[in-house]
Amino acid sequence: MRGHLGVRFAQVIPTLLLVSIMVFCLQQLMPGDPALVLAGEERDPEVLEQIRRELKLDQPLVFQYFYWIGNVLQGDLGFSWRIRQPVTELVATKLPVTLQLASMAFIIAVFIGVPMGVLSAVKKNTFWDYLANGIGLAGLSTPNFWLGIMLILLVSVHLGWLPPSGYVPLTEDWRQSLATTIMPAFVLGNAISAVLMRHTRSAMLTALQQDYVRTARAKGLSEHLVVIKHALRNALVPVVTLGALELGTLLSGAVLTEQVFSIPGFGKMIVDAVFNRDYPVVQGVVLVTATVYVMLNLVADVLYVMINPRLRGA
Amino acid sequence: MSATVVTPSNSAGAVMASASQSPARMAVRRFAARPAAVAGLVVVVFFVLVAVFAPWIAPADPVKTSWTLIRKAPSWANWMGTDENGRDVLSRIIWGARASLTAGVISVTIATGVGVPIGLLAGFAGGKIDMIIGRLVDAMLASPFLILAIALAAFLGPSLQNAMIAIGITATPIFVRVARGATIDAATNDYVEAARALGNPPWRVAVRHVLPNIIPPVMVQATLAIAGAIIAEASLSFLGLGQQPPAPSWGSMLNSAQRFLTQAPWLAIFPGAAIFLVVLSFNLVGDGLRDALDPRAK
Amino acid sequence: MTYRTPLLGLLAALPLALPAAAQELPQLRVAFSEDADVMDPTTGRAYVQRVALLNMCESLFDYNSKMQIVPRLALSYEWADAQTLVVKLRPNVSFNDGTPVDAAAVKYSIERHQTFTGSARRGDLGSLTAVEIVDPLTVRFKLKGPDVVFLSQLGVRAGVLVSPTASEAAGKDFGQRPVCAGPYRFLERVAQDRIVLEKVPNYWDGANYHFSRITFRPIADSTVRLANLRAGAIDINMSVPPTLADEVRKDPKLKLYTFDGIGYTGLTVNMGRNNTTPGPFGTDKRIRQAFDLAIDREAIVNVVFNGVHAANAYPVPATSPFFDATLPQPKRDVARAKALMAAAGVKLPFVVPLTVINNPEAVQVAEVMQSMVAEVGFELKLNTMEFVSTLNAADKGDYVGWTVGWTGRPDADGNLRDLLYTGAGTNYVGYKNPEFDTLLDQARSTADMAVRMATYRKIYTMLRDDLPIIYLYSPRWNFGMATKVEGFDPVADGMLRLGGVKFAR
Repeated sequence: MRGHLGVRFAQVIPTLLLVSIMVFCLQQLMPGDPALVLAGEERDPEVLEQIRRELKLDQPLVFQYFYWIGNVLQGDLGFSWRIRQPVTELVATKLPVTLQLASMAFIIAVFIGVPMGVLSAVKKNTFWDYLANGIGLAGLSTPNFWLGIMLILLVSVHLGWLPPSGYVPLTEDWRQSLATTIMPAFVLGNAISAVLMRHTRSAMLTALQQDYVRTARAKGLSEHLVVIKHALRNALVPVVTLGALELGTLLSGAVLTEQVFSIPGFGKMIVDAVFNRDYPVVQGVVLVTATVYVMLNLVADVLYVMINPRLRGA
Repeated sequence: MSATVVTPSNSAGAVMASASQSPARMAVRRFAARPAAVAGLVVVVFFVLVAVFAPWIAPADPVKTSWTLIRKAPSWANWMGTDENGRDVLSRIIWGARASLTAGVISVTIATGVGVPIGLLAGFAGGKIDMIIGRLVDAMLASPFLILAIALAAFLGPSLQNAMIAIGITATPIFVRVARGATIDAATNDYVEAARALGNPPWRVAVRHVLPNIIPPVMVQATLAIAGAIIAEASLSFLGLGQQPPAPSWGSMLNSAQRFLTQAPWLAIFPGAAIFLVVLSFNLVGDGLRDALDPRAK
Repeated sequence: MTYRTPLLGLLAALPLALPAAAQELPQLRVAFSEDADVMDPTTGRAYVQRVALLNMCESLFDYNSKMQIVPRLALSYEWADAQTLVVKLRPNVSFNDGTPVDAAAVKYSIERHQTFTGSARRGDLGSLTAVEIVDPLTVRFKLKGPDVVFLSQLGVRAGVLVSPTASEAAGKDFGQRPVCAGPYRFLERVAQDRIVLEKVPNYWDGANYHFSRITFRPIADSTVRLANLRAGAIDINMSVPPTLADEVRKDPKLKLYTFDGIGYTGLTVNMGRNNTTPGPFGTDKRIRQAFDLAIDREAIVNVVFNGVHAANAYPVPATSPFFDATLPQPKRDVARAKALMAAAGVKLPFVVPLTVINNPEAVQVAEVMQSMVAEVGFELKLNTMEFVSTLNAADKGDYVGWTVGWTGRPDADGNLRDLLYTGAGTNYVGYKNPEFDTLLDQARSTADMAVRMATYRKIYTMLRDDLPIIYLYSPRWNFGMATKVEGFDPVADGMLRLGGVKFAR
């Protein structure tokens, strides 16, 4: 077990290095000279030169890469070319927003996915099983941005129940904060509830076959109690573990949803940065997202090994 | 996009082992026993037919503009209404099926074509090669999918083909993982070891003995990935990076519909519903396939 | 601030003899369509950045609703001759950090605009050779040659003054905490979320400003932006798309301000940018004339913009003092267009690749043109790309036609020189026409409007014949406001000048 985790841990650094190289190269491939965007509408040729020099765009690519990664290793992600704010500062203000959104989405997904998974396992191969499965798949099959637009139309424009967009930090006014994030969180959570539902279903099916469940049944405990207290409790562990992986997916899945709801998080920032060729922001945000993702994977791995006796032996 | 990765344990070993009857026939029978999967398949086939026969089915020319018919609500003349250039929405949905389905199928073909051989190589060769491929896959999976796709699409230049390539490349790592897992699983099987022991060259063992075993999980993954790819194409077109106007795609229709949400909601509802229906069907078929090909997953 | 001690409560209850304190003024919430770029008057480029900056970083001059130049930080001006401008400053004004606004500060600011790395103002000040301090409240601007347009530059961003003290202290990071002279000062900015300004006590024109705080919020989606206005979450929506204008008009709680801008949108033709060899579309003006006759500008603005923008075949809008109403607006004429195509002797269908920015409106304009010119035998092939990619293609001369807008300048010269003067950095046409250049220089050598207009008439006629840019329409601004917002006086540059704006009681 320790060996396995050790290997996984050792893989983190090269993976992140590769991410950094990949993002760096990919941006260079994209057409569009950042200096042209930065110089303003008149684009004085001399100013273009100044900008290229200042941003080191006139240096060889390899130099640019090492200059950037060298700073990153010292904790400096550079500054946004477009708005001239340090990327670390931007990340520090945006990450909590996206994390709040992702956590709320995850909670919503658990509240939709787990009960449906339990239902479909208990009522296996009945109408209820198919229905739950259908609802879950429907969530998975709806384009996020479309669902977002439809919700805004219905809930905000027609019914006027929730503010259509914007974001209020939790620390400022938690009620407003929840009101502004509940719709995007639902859109995001909806998509992964199907995944959680499936995990729950299969974990529950396994659990319901276990000896302790049979014993509990034999003791004459009510079916409700058996399902909730014995089977679900055991099934939840792998579900939450596998769910941690989905949390990572949420971070990158938020891109279009944040765009639609004008939530000033990671997703919105990175799309704007890509379209404005604000390289340091793109690089920084991708790197941070990837780090969080890889770490969540690692945590899931550790949890998985800890709760899975079969792997522990290996 | 959030397509579930088929775990290696779903491999075909079990299918092969229980084969007193032809495994393919058994799989078909199991698939047919799932009404949801069959329904999904019917819808998929329906849309494929719509796409293929679009020129004959579409009531109007999808790019024919009419300045007197701008943003008309659904009516008997235009069942799904008309768009901002007075074009028939139904006809555009029908022609758009071509763009979306080809985008889904081609990009997944690319992803499979690139990903499976690499996964096969990684699983079979092991060691350093496996490690390097593994890290590359990790790195790609760790980066936001849509950002990779946007960057690639911008680099390749705007067109539907290039959007497909971009989506195909970004979808590749999942296939590498699936193929690698299945390969490792299959490679430890007795008959593969036997084939090796008999002195067959590695490439031959790979192609003749291992490849057939990874087909089922790859098929399942591919079906699910088509669903993801259709959404991805819609997302790229939604950002204006896919199908070139005036040719329709469901994503680009949604993109232009955004401006008229409150006045002409049908412009957003129908393409969105079409995407939903097709993606749902592919997911249902994929689910059915998974169960049919791997009885243990019941 | 909701927590109140009894003592504070007592204080609040005391009748204050002072005039309305800043805290009692309401706050104003404004939404625009995208996030601003760097908040530095020298390097900022985005329209929304100028909107946010305008009420906290004043220029020497400004424009009134008739687009006439009026003094702000300046008190008056005088042309000593066509290349020497003398400006008197308003006395007893200081920057928001207390530094006095004097001739030295003007010299500092203008030179900063000229020399700061990455300055976006350098081109605006191209004809300036020296800033001389005459006395603490008088500055003399020396120009390379006769250029009356220079004055208009001091009314836009190039005339913005920054506090030399703050600028020296912040260096390159000035944009993170800009300090200028204005009725408001910078409070905070959260990228992509908000920019907040706060009222300054004792500003010379402070009595004219009726809000304690201004919050600007970027909201990208137009439907969502409007929904926010309707829900009362914002007071002013600075960008109501033409297609949504009717909804604002119909809403009794809202007011719509529609007014002319100063820019244009046109089809820029590659006639040899960056020493590229253009195809027949760039070399044979008959083909461009045929294209021009094949499109119906009125129909374009009606279909795409519900008739909100103004069809216009000239580079300045109809309300500009530089517009010439006596010149004809072309009418669609398919027969003549076909004849011109025949005369040009090109094989039909004649393919014209058109580079289009991938926003839905620009795409729709292209689609509408596509179906119009098809009747004459053009096959318009659309290449939609993100804005930055189109810019790169245009810069390299790697395009045939490009539909793009120009935000516009108050003076007609600003809508022509950067775009068509031989050798100009943003002359994406690659236009080389010595006759045009001479006329353009001539037009700015005198302040006599009648003489200038005679020259511009010649220029417009020349451009209509040669068509290096096929002008399509003049965009209009659409501001949606809650009805309680009073006193807004629209200016064609699309800024939000808050002097005199207040909430109804």
